[in-house]
Amino acid sequence: MAWQVPEDRKYTKTDEWIKVVEGDEALVGITDYAQDQLSDIVYVELPEVGESFSAGDVFGVVESVKAAADLNMPASGEVVAVNTELEDTPEIVNEDPFEKGWMIRVRLSDPSELDALLDAAAYAKQCEEHD
Amino acid sequence: MELKRTNLYDTHVKLGARMVPFAGWEMPVQYTSPLEEHATVRSAAGLFDIDHMGQVIVEGPDALDFLQYMVTSDPSTLAEWEASYSLLCYADGGTVDDIFIYRLPEYFYVVVNAANLAKDVKWLRAHTPGFDVTVTDVSEETYMLAFQGPKAQEVLQSICDVDLSNVPFHASARGRVAGVECLIGNTGYTGEYGYELFFDASQAETVWNAILEAGEPHGVKPIGLAARDSLRFEPCLPLYGHELNADISPLEAGLGFAVRTNKGDFIGRDALLKQRLEGPPRKLVCLEMVDRGVPREHYEVIVDGQKGVVTSGMFAPTVESYAAMALIPRELAEIGKEVEVVIRGKPRKARIVKRPFYIPAYRR
Repeated sequence: MAWQVPEDRKYTKTDEWIKVVEGDEALVGITDYAQDQLSDIVYVELPEVGESFSAGDVFGVVESVKAAADLNMPASGEVVAVNTELEDTPEIVNEDPFEKGWMIRVRLSDPSELDALLDAAAYAKQCEEHD
Repeated sequence: MELKRTNLYDTHVKLGARMVPFAGWEMPVQYTSPLEEHATVRSAAGLFDIDHMGQVIVEGPDALDFLQYMVTSDPSTLAEWEASYSLLCYADGGTVDDIFIYRLPEYFYVVVNAANLAKDVKWLRAHTPGFDVTVTDVSEETYMLAFQGPKAQEVLQSICDVDLSNVPFHASARGRVAGVECLIGNTGYTGEYGYELFFDASQAETVWNAILEAGEPHGVKPIGLAARDSLRFEPCLPLYGHELNADISPLEAGLGFAVRTNKGDFIGRDALLKQRLEGPPRKLVCLEMVDRGVPREHYEVIVDGQKGVVTSGMFAPTVESYAAMALIPRELAEIGKEVEVVIRGKPRKARIVKRPFYIPAYRR
């Protein structure tokens, strides 16, 4: 089984991705591996715009038919937008986890925190090992 | 404990199944997607490896008297080849297991939950003194498959030498499926019409492959445990360890139809009769979320300031709602009442709705 691991972003050990899109703003979502492990996603709970989280904080929950999984903040920051599409069509996360299935947009309080995250190669290796 | 594998383990892996531990077994939880598999059973038919389930033969001159004393239903009402849902209870009315009893010409054939097999056999044997009866666990040599859905009869008929139109709901027959001698029960656990097959464990692959092959043009697919759970959840069929356990009586779980307190003495009768007359302390209700959120097992339910608990909860795929079964104080169990389910520390609104979420095909 091979999962997509785009090289244009960073990854957490807990299967989230973060991609800087503009200045100090970044999108956050879960990986192809994560959506595959969860399988059919039926519910995504996201924070309010304006909430702030530190790296590692739980900012939301994703639930599949089988289980609920916490969403962990890859880096500290304030939520500036959430993907409201996921409210009625959470299955987008299964179909397109890296683009249409993004979850929150954050203003990073310290972009250098991203240096501590996994790059695509390291994350791809982790997926192989976990499988 | 080492996990057991069914004779179809390699077949499942080849089909791309994801294998998970369940009740001491390594079982397929999904082949493609639980939602797709769920829809397949509701609209066409699906094949389930449920060999983890246990089978016990109760035979001897006192077999009927013995079962009458052990179970809550009345097996004397079963004609030969008929089958019915039943329960084993403790003296206090708590549940040992929920079971299916087939009355066959030679003996009673009892199907039990995988996780409870050893406990059930021990419980049954502990009560045989005084009865001329033997209790034999035949689970090891018996294979069990379920084939469920609106297309199940047509597909099975094409590879079976019994006229299935002569086997009504909750009846059974012996015959050959793909040349393999089977006990065929018109029974199941999905809310659809379908069959459960029992046969020699060495023939598992033959029967499995024959059904998938015959079913292919009809859209028949293998189905994993995740869909098995959502399929049984929608029609509110109880799952032991969730809606039933040693602390939950069948009357609390809404299974009064299988409790015959007027049939004579049986283990648990006094306690169950008292509950029937006075009302059981709790009642299993159906909830649908009003606020957003997925209710899950063990979540707290608040009803008029009193507490209850979710026994099973999920996104119910056919009815497309976030739904739960929950045990709450009986006197508060009113259809339409608003309650709260505590989801990750936050109370979320839900409503008590009519049971079940999905009306089984055989009750329409």
